[in-house]
Amino acid sequence: MADTGTGIREGSVETLSERTTLPLARAINEGLRAAMADNDRVLLMGEDIGPLGGVFRVTDRLQADFGSARVLDTPLAESGIVGSAIGLAMRGYRPVVEIQFDGFIFPAFNQIVSQLAKIRARHDGAVAMPVVIRVPYGGHISSIEHHEESPEAYFAHTPGLRVVAPSTPNDAYWMIQQAIASDDPVLFFEPKAKYWMKGDVDPSRPTTDLHRGRIARPGTDCTVVGFGSMVTTLLQAAEIAQSEGTSIEVVDLRSISPIDYEPLLASVRKTGRLVVAQEAPGNASVGSEIAATVAERAFYSLQAPVLRVSGYDVPFPAAAIEQLYLPDADRVLEAVDRTMHY
Amino acid sequence: MTEQMISSPLQGAADPGSALHTGVDPEPIRFLDDAGNYAPSATAAEFAAELEGVGVEDFKTWYRDMVATRAFDTECTHLQRQGQLALWVPSVGQEGCQVGLGRAAEPQDHIFPAYREHTVARIRGVNFVDVAAQFRGLTHGGWDVTDPANGNFHLYTLVLGAQTQHATGVALGQLLDAKRRAGDTALDAGEPGTATGEATMVFYGDGTTSQGDANESMIFAASYQTPEVFVVQNNRWAISVPVARQSRTPLYRRALGFGLRSVQIDGNDPLAAYAVGRRFLRLAREGHGPGYIEALTYRIGAHTTADDPTRYREEGELDYWQQRDPIARLETHLRSLGVDDDFFAETAAAADREAKTVRDAILHLPAPAADTMFAHVYAETHPRIDEQSAWFERYEASFEAEGTDG
Repeated sequence: MADTGTGIREGSVETLSERTTLPLARAINEGLRAAMADNDRVLLMGEDIGPLGGVFRVTDRLQADFGSARVLDTPLAESGIVGSAIGLAMRGYRPVVEIQFDGFIFPAFNQIVSQLAKIRARHDGAVAMPVVIRVPYGGHISSIEHHEESPEAYFAHTPGLRVVAPSTPNDAYWMIQQAIASDDPVLFFEPKAKYWMKGDVDPSRPTTDLHRGRIARPGTDCTVVGFGSMVTTLLQAAEIAQSEGTSIEVVDLRSISPIDYEPLLASVRKTGRLVVAQEAPGNASVGSEIAATVAERAFYSLQAPVLRVSGYDVPFPAAAIEQLYLPDADRVLEAVDRTMHY
Repeated sequence: MTEQMISSPLQGAADPGSALHTGVDPEPIRFLDDAGNYAPSATAAEFAAELEGVGVEDFKTWYRDMVATRAFDTECTHLQRQGQLALWVPSVGQEGCQVGLGRAAEPQDHIFPAYREHTVARIRGVNFVDVAAQFRGLTHGGWDVTDPANGNFHLYTLVLGAQTQHATGVALGQLLDAKRRAGDTALDAGEPGTATGEATMVFYGDGTTSQGDANESMIFAASYQTPEVFVVQNNRWAISVPVARQSRTPLYRRALGFGLRSVQIDGNDPLAAYAVGRRFLRLAREGHGPGYIEALTYRIGAHTTADDPTRYREEGELDYWQQRDPIARLETHLRSLGVDDDFFAETAAAADREAKTVRDAILHLPAPAADTMFAHVYAETHPRIDEQSAWFERYEASFEAEGTDG
């Protein structure tokens, strides 16, 4: 392909070609690299994503590979980042925005909720908004205020947006590419506590579509469902329960909006019991929506009320006590016990 | 006039004696005086070349644009009073800067309005009927911005300031496109601008200058040297709040602080708006970065039809500005160029005819089909939307069935 005269040969970027074990952050990096190599309208924008590679290094070396006109270090202004990305999308680009931390997304809330989400409808479908907003989210990193939140419910509540969260490196690699390929805006919540968790990444083909849930572990007695980093906690809980004689089926939601209810309902019809787990406060949360929908659609299969295990309805606490706030395997199992003994 | 416009307590502008206000502001750029006589300010001299080749036929076109827009505006205000529009946002008094800037843009340029830029809409080819449709409650948009017939004139934005960032994004896209054509993969901090051959112009008002988005968009524009022109129509009032509540410094000075070239023009002088708009747009297209134009004008009408300016404005202020009506000023200029009564009579009659045609068309606009609310939420299939639209259809059909049975 063309030598641009700036030392960067487009088309010469090396992308992942064989099955490899990668940390989740690196899997996203490889997914971004593949998407950028595949489509030159894909741009990255965000704070510190250039030479630094982002505060979590997710965009490591991408500016060196693709140039500063495709990996844009931006001024420190989240609304400006998202608002400019909207304009770039109007111009035919496919911007991928990095919001540095979950709690920093709110300065961009108007641009996301009142603009990005509604622009397609406002234009009667004539203008697409293929914008991806990457958000490292969630706790377990012992950080300061605004750095460990789970704000997914605000966006799941907003028509016009899609919201997803991978839980494994392979899903991270594929889902970021699928999100970029979508002509709709996608909020891509990255489980930052699992950035360094390693797993197999198979670049030959995706396992499934962006908005499909999956059974992360089969079981027969009780279903537990969650997304992102919570899936690891649910798998731990299932392992412990197994040793105590209870078979837990773990459903990895993957897509928060829309939710793929089929595998979840099939699981509940089998087990008759459901525990929903999430880091976010439970009030008016994604877990509430799941509980209500399962109650509507699988009422006669349920042996017990759907239970929610959530963060408490308080601001995310100081790091010293965050482990008391975050649902862990014990809190999940406490709920499993209650539903089993209902 | 300048002193009056800038410092009269009547106008509620910044106090030049304030300790916060340093330096002397140059006279706002204008070619026509208050009455419309050709009397360029000293500050206009450097822009005079932009009016070379612009003659009486052009001014007649501009005049028609303004008169037609005012007739449409008046008609829509009546329609709202008659219950035919939910709301109307009159642009009366602001046609001068709008016509100059609208006519200054080239076809390839993109324009982002706020929601009061009816004159610019008309110039770019947008049908007035489509502009009125959203105020009749029929759509949240009204025209297809991807249709070349609509002149790259984007939809009205109601959460003010948001459009400034969309404009900056489009301008950034224009810049990136130009870089790609040139094989340039770098966009580094502090680098000079890039010639693009096209620009983006964004309109907003004095109230919106207080919005974070409007300020962030200038930061991005300056940082990336986007081919962009910011136009602030300082009409003195953000609904009921005077501009002095928004700013202690003339608004054009803020842009200087962001590193944008910035001037203040007499916003009721179409020639000044055209000349400066033309210059700034060309500089933007040629790679010299963004500019900012503060157009000093006045909202002769209410903010919207839900507003009551008698509760907060002095009668004398309205009189002052009505005597500087941009349409009257251009008429004086046209007459000085030998244009006679016939032209003005014909223009008025044509504007009335157009407004009545538009009025009839507005009244006959069809309501959208009920299921269109589901149609364009997502580009790709979405189970929740599919389920709900199917349920909606069954639910609504159940009433039809009842009606048939009954």
